[in-house]
Amino acid sequence: MTSEFPHALTGPSSKERRYDRQLRLWAASGQQALEESRVLLVNSDGPWGNQSTGVSGVVGVETLKNLVLPGIGGFTIVDPAVVTEPDLGANFFLEDESLGKSRAEETCRLLKELNPDVEGNSCTKPIAEILQEEPEFLSQHKLILISGPIKRSSLQSLCSAAKTLGIPVLYTRSVGFFSTFSLQLPAVFPIVETHPDPESTQDLRLLGPWPELAVAAASISNLDSLDDHQHGHVPYVLLLLYYLEKWKETHNGNVPSNYKEKSEFREFVRSSARTDNPQGGEENYDEAIAAVLKSLNPFSLRSSTRDIFEMEECSQLTPNSANFWIIVSAVREFHQQHQVLPLPGLLPDMKAQSADYVSLQNIYKTKARKDIAEVTETVRRIESQLGQSASVSDKDIEVFCKNASHIQVIRGRDIPQPDGDAQSLKRLRIELGNDESLISIFLAFQILDIVVTGIQEGKYPEGALDDESLWSSELDRILGVIASDASAPVDDEARNRILEAARELRRTEGGDLHNISSLTGGLVAQEALKVLTRQYVPLDNTCIFNGIRSNSAMYKL
Amino acid sequence: MAAGDRWKYLYKALSKSGPFSDPDWVPGEETIKSLEESKILVIGAGGLGCEILKNLALSGFKDIHVIDMDTIDISNLNRQFLFRHSDIGKPKAEVAAAFVEKRVKGVKITPFVGKIQDKDEDYYLQFKIVVCGLDSIEARRWINSTLVGMVDMDNPESLKPLIDGGTEGFKGQARVILPSLTSCIECQLDMHAPRPAVPLCTIATIPRQPQHCIEWAHQIAWQDKRKDDSFDSDDMEHIGWVYNTALERANEFNISGVTFQMTQGVVKNIIPAIASTNAVIAAATTSEALKIATSCNPFLENYMMYAGEEGVYTYTFEAEKKTDCPVCGSLARKITVNPDVTLEEFIEILGEQPEAQLKKPSLRTEETTLYQRFPPQLEEQTKSNLKLKLRDLVADGQEVAVSDPAYTIDFRFQLIFT
Repeated sequence: MTSEFPHALTGPSSKERRYDRQLRLWAASGQQALEESRVLLVNSDGPWGNQSTGVSGVVGVETLKNLVLPGIGGFTIVDPAVVTEPDLGANFFLEDESLGKSRAEETCRLLKELNPDVEGNSCTKPIAEILQEEPEFLSQHKLILISGPIKRSSLQSLCSAAKTLGIPVLYTRSVGFFSTFSLQLPAVFPIVETHPDPESTQDLRLLGPWPELAVAAASISNLDSLDDHQHGHVPYVLLLLYYLEKWKETHNGNVPSNYKEKSEFREFVRSSARTDNPQGGEENYDEAIAAVLKSLNPFSLRSSTRDIFEMEECSQLTPNSANFWIIVSAVREFHQQHQVLPLPGLLPDMKAQSADYVSLQNIYKTKARKDIAEVTETVRRIESQLGQSASVSDKDIEVFCKNASHIQVIRGRDIPQPDGDAQSLKRLRIELGNDESLISIFLAFQILDIVVTGIQEGKYPEGALDDESLWSSELDRILGVIASDASAPVDDEARNRILEAARELRRTEGGDLHNISSLTGGLVAQEALKVLTRQYVPLDNTCIFNGIRSNSAMYKL
Repeated sequence: MAAGDRWKYLYKALSKSGPFSDPDWVPGEETIKSLEESKILVIGAGGLGCEILKNLALSGFKDIHVIDMDTIDISNLNRQFLFRHSDIGKPKAEVAAAFVEKRVKGVKITPFVGKIQDKDEDYYLQFKIVVCGLDSIEARRWINSTLVGMVDMDNPESLKPLIDGGTEGFKGQARVILPSLTSCIECQLDMHAPRPAVPLCTIATIPRQPQHCIEWAHQIAWQDKRKDDSFDSDDMEHIGWVYNTALERANEFNISGVTFQMTQGVVKNIIPAIASTNAVIAAATTSEALKIATSCNPFLENYMMYAGEEGVYTYTFEAEKKTDCPVCGSLARKITVNPDVTLEEFIEILGEQPEAQLKKPSLRTEETTLYQRFPPQLEEQTKSNLKLKLRDLVADGQEVAVSDPAYTIDFRFQLIFT
């Protein structure tokens, strides 16, 4: 038996077997991107006072767990803290023997056990010191995770250095039942493989068939003479094209364009199905009828794609333009010329004979290849105009064309600061008017950051973590900033909601609960994976999780 | 710092009221003590189960039990972080329990390697809460109907909150069920519809997709050529044979795209799974367990869904209890059906309908047995009914009781003719 099928027995490699369940999501290309990535975790900024070790850093370590398991290339943990008893009650990647040792070294050691292919390093110096001593340190990393709360000066210097280098930053905080994190992406963050719902990417071009497709549709003009078996197996795509031509004959050459006409067209198709067969109907006609409303729409560019076409990076190419923009520019030309995007070329399954389906599928595939070839030609022309030699790979052009309808570009925002720009202040004011909004939790965390910075700088005693009047006066300062360019101050109800959230944070005196930190570590890792693989669509830019109600929300702050 | 500080932050949350905790709640020693005395059961020691065990141990639970029948496979290692390469082949429940016990001092974890169906009501009665991290709808429905069936209104201790988590790729859900009081897994069955099966005639005669060729090799060619070998989806030689056979068929029909990975995916019905989604959903369930065990904050009522493909999206809502739920409702569930289908076809419909999903049903009306699979004599007596049309067997609006070997209860359906 075995000798008959020698090549099958080799099967997937041990690595492919280990990563099988994730390769089905981000494929070999995503996996390779992960393996080429080193992630930096800044897990604390030194102690807050004499008694408190400050940040437990559980979110950071849990996030790394979720990145080490799928196989990032490596990680570095920067954490000057020493392991204490409360760490053991919250952090799974520490053990009794870790007490009194460096937290960076101990968490690094236990995380490395999860995956022998991942490199792990640790550093016990505060990040500010490392940045001064090793200017090249940050640039070795593809992503920076920061566990807050952290001294404002450290946060700001890290974020601005990362911004200059174009390295994404995730800043997290988790206290009691609440958590929040923000993602700072580079100024321009394009994503080609956004993995939209397959339904939404279906593009059959039924209202504007290209010549080869129109010819295939014309080939079923003998529909009435087909026997029941053949008639019941004509692919619905051809049925719709055929009946559209019939419709046009009696409608001045126009296709059904509104709901009423489409409903009429649908009835017209329905009435053409044979019902005198044993099944009392035909599946291919049922499929055709079901497709009328969603497939008979003229091609239209999504507004997000139109926006990308209008971006300056697309219209003002330079010899330094990224490959992404060269392809966008070529695809925009394609669209200008044909009023459609390159055909993705995928045909959904449908009732049909094997050979008929395969030949129809080939018509779509051939057209898709032709469109790719045309875009490639434009790309090469642009490259030579820019004085570049074919630096954009054929593979990239192909992947782009297949995903063209759903590409995205995110404009990176900074990690939000308590005194943000006018735009974010306005957004905060609007959100504060909504009593279901989670923004009150976010603002409570902003107060926590201020209080912690105060403790670290020796301005406040450690007890400030549970000092109600101090939190309340810091809140009023923040609310003052938020209302500074508005006509009225923030109302009392909104203020009370923030005070309630703050009370919940003060309940654990800044300490975190493992569940909430683990959940947050899952969410943060999800974002890290999306950023590193450049697949799926990352957060823009702040997420707040409420573990009391088990809900979350995203805000652009 | 003293050893008593280990649970400092957790105990603060349990010793101090918050703005959202119940005003009647009494924080402090008693609450902590009742948490430590809460015996809790975890069903599944896989992707969710590993996380759930870790989270419960670090949430102050001291007496945890875990059931899983599986052994560790290499493809588990990308997310089931309690297992190492050297553990491959060992029972998940035992390895997971030993790991967490060793790491978190003072917690006792009792593993059981076997099926949930091996245990009876007495076993389930000893727990305060049941947390499920399963990938099988069938097992979920079984534990759900068992826990609903255990509820004795005169004995509040008989009501065991069921917290259930599930994931697929970047998506997942967590839900809290108070058996007999709130919407149960059976009430929500139609939210978890199975993928529609490819009709057998497509597989047998007109394949169009690579998956159709794989199904053919797996279901038809294997039966035809190797019926004496029982197919084992973990046997590389078996999968290899199916792959090659599918490839040959695909070539014959000019279908492209059959790969080894796809073959495995189809025959094992593989669902993509990653560590991060499991972390989110598992922690959502254990956070509810902590809240239910201690009342330190209100618990989820009753369903949270999560999707991470585009940003972070959650939707939290209250699923409704259904009066016609076969498990916790009092009425028969209405099912609309063409009276001209045969009983055999109706049985197929029961397998596919999102609100039924019964694969091996036996059916009877109040007066007569329509079809009974077991014992063989009864099967022999009733199988002639399979070819009869429904209209010749039951009346419009009549109730039919359906039993299925996978479940302990009967499902009641009221047949409404079209």
